[in-house]
Amino acid sequence: MTAAGRLTRVPIDASALIAEVSAPAHGAIILFLGVVREVNDGRGVTGIEYSAYEAMAAAELQAIASEAATKFASSAVVIEHRVGELALEEASVGIAVAHAHRGEAYAVSRWTIEELKRRVPVWKREQYVDGTQEWVDPSGRPATGMSA
Amino acid sequence: MSINVLLFASYADALGAPSICVDIPADATVADVLAAIRLQPGAGLLPAKPLVAVNQKYARSTTSVKHGDEVALIPPVAGG
Repeated sequence: MTAAGRLTRVPIDASALIAEVSAPAHGAIILFLGVVREVNDGRGVTGIEYSAYEAMAAAELQAIASEAATKFASSAVVIEHRVGELALEEASVGIAVAHAHRGEAYAVSRWTIEELKRRVPVWKREQYVDGTQEWVDPSGRPATGMSA
Repeated sequence: MSINVLLFASYADALGAPSICVDIPADATVADVLAAIRLQPGAGLLPAKPLVAVNQKYARSTTSVKHGDEVALIPPVAGG
């Protein structure tokens, strides 16, 4: 059964992710894309730089995909997280899930993105319309008070 | 012994480097590593209890740290 998680430096290819989980046994495929948004916490965003503890992040992404495929039997899961400089509307994460039925496919998709956000060592530095930039923590505040 | 600690994102900015070498006892734990890092310039910007990974797995303050282990401080993760 397909279970793969990885980092990528090139734009996420949604069609390729779908093809990777597609199989004759699967009646439902869910594709989730996390995309760079123009406003965060009331501030205008022009782009986001994603960085990672690459070896650990790749291992965690793979572990989450494997755990998802085990937790939800007979599902196929592929996760890709991008690192580097991203512009508005570019996808930072892509998750393709396939299962025989839609209910399980939605559940696997939701579980996978929440686990990713909880434990994969990836960080983002937002660039704002006023030329400043800040590392962001999950609650939306600057991570250490450092800004550049 | 001395051990190299990997730093990322806001923590690398705070301490001014992508990694830092600190001296710790031979039978050290993660808590000893954090105590040594506290002595470094810029460490005041770190939170009271930063997350630590040892050999690419999340560790506790009591996790032992041996010569050759890969130790990293993990800022609040922000993937997705």
